Amino acid sequence: MVPGPLGLDPFVWLFLRLLIAVVLALVLILNGALVLIYLERKIQATMQDRIGPYHVGPFGLLQTFADALKLIAKEDFRAGQTDTAFFIAAPALVFSPMLASFVVIPFAPGIVGADLNIGLLYLATLGSMGVLGIVIAGWASNNKYSLVGGLRSAGQLISYEVPGILSLVTAVLVVGSLSMVRIAESQPGPFTNIFVIPLAFVTYFIAALAETNRTPFDLPEAESELVAGYLTEYSGMRWGTMLALTEYGNVTIVCAIMSTLWFGGWQGPGVDSGPVTGPVLGLLWFTLKTYAFILVFMWIRATLPRLRIDQLMSFCWKLLIPLTLLNLAVTATLLIAFPETKVPVAIANWILLGAFVLGLPLIQQRRLRRIRARLRERTIAAAPAS
Amino acid sequence: MSAGPSERGRRRLNTLAAVPDYNLSYFYVVVFFGAGAIFVAALLTVSGLVQPKKRTAEKARIYESGEEPVGPAWGRYPIHFYVFALLFVVFDVEVIFLFPWAVLFRDLGWYGLVEMGIFIFILVAGLFYAWRKEALKWF
Repeated sequence: MVPGPLGLDPFVWLFLRLLIAVVLALVLILNGALVLIYLERKIQATMQDRIGPYHVGPFGLLQTFADALKLIAKEDFRAGQTDTAFFIAAPALVFSPMLASFVVIPFAPGIVGADLNIGLLYLATLGSMGVLGIVIAGWASNNKYSLVGGLRSAGQLISYEVPGILSLVTAVLVVGSLSMVRIAESQPGPFTNIFVIPLAFVTYFIAALAETNRTPFDLPEAESELVAGYLTEYSGMRWGTMLALTEYGNVTIVCAIMSTLWFGGWQGPGVDSGPVTGPVLGLLWFTLKTYAFILVFMWIRATLPRLRIDQLMSFCWKLLIPLTLLNLAVTATLLIAFPETKVPVAIANWILLGAFVLGLPLIQQRRLRRIRARLRERTIAAAPAS
Repeated sequence: MSAGPSERGRRRLNTLAAVPDYNLSYFYVVVFFGAGAIFVAALLTVSGLVQPKKRTAEKARIYESGEEPVGPAWGRYPIHFYVFALLFVVFDVEVIFLFPWAVLFRDLGWYGLVEMGIFIFILVAGLFYAWRKEALKWF
């Protein structure tokens, strides 16, 4: 039991703190969605040499507010043949796990909802719970686009779950704790985990892109073939909750995980300078790191084309999972062999990362050559018949 | 608020003190889950109060790019999703076993490492078997 500040009754403080945490998390998600949607539209516009939203407010800053108001006032109709109970429950089923993930995120020194000692496992679990809501939404819509979108989403999310969690386990090996607070505290210096296990970061980054349905892994909502995937039958605020709030909330969470695990979270210059300035600076560093990753996500969306589902699946199962397992085995062995120093682990990880980055184009080239040879054979064989 | 805990507060505190701290942490988790559901419900209720409601037969139809929908979408779907789901179950359970080991592996030392190595090897062998059997192939 923690005694409350300002001489508050500990029991009262317990509930007050809980209330503050819930309200803050909700405000964070709502604000985050408004800011991120604006940023996404503006950044994509800049990258595509457009202007983007500019009518509402200065620089179009109020555009997302206007959109939100419009969504709330929009008719939210439901097709007759849907499975009503599940159709209505699905937005809450994707939103709740996302909101609950914010419990364990350490925003600044001392500012965390609850420091669960299994924080990372908890985050991984909630990450896979979001799939349930998406599959239920796809199935309950009774729409072929939705069904295909929901199934693709299930296949993609569960597949990329495995390399994602394996990368997290690699980070846990180095830190030795599952608590998010302890993980952030363990990286005070400039040499954070990114220098020790860069490959785990890259694999987690790829898996995170897939788990948040971001380009190039946005097949579940591929608009050119599936209209809007599992969201096709949703409209109005139901759609707003599922897409805008939940998607951007999930992006925030995976980016927060990345900044905490590999870049020290709130660690930065001046975080132990005082009881007030410390948390404020910590919050600033944490926000900067997290938003930097979100901006990279947006950059990738403007850059890369969408993958095909067979490419997506084989990349995960034939390359990413063996690679993360290998990385895990190497990291564990080297940490046991040299318990005092992390230098051998770092060297091995950088070598593996180099092999991955350089080897990927080579593998791709060989595959392409094989496919082209097979195509040539087929055309030669087919030529006399026609 | 009084400076110290009140008499009633102290009694409640004693009951709470018997609860381990991690249970209080999970209380947060439960409340956050509930808050999520309540928030979504509240948002939809507010939206429901201000939105127009004009139902027509056209709006009540499933959207299929303007075509008449033929039959329900609740039917069979490709077996591949099932195969990948099976593989996922195997690997996800493996990952769950990795977590406690990852926290304690410094204490377990070489013994734990070899033990975990054998465990992972069996699973990797399974993955390669599935690969050779072309279970990972997507048609």
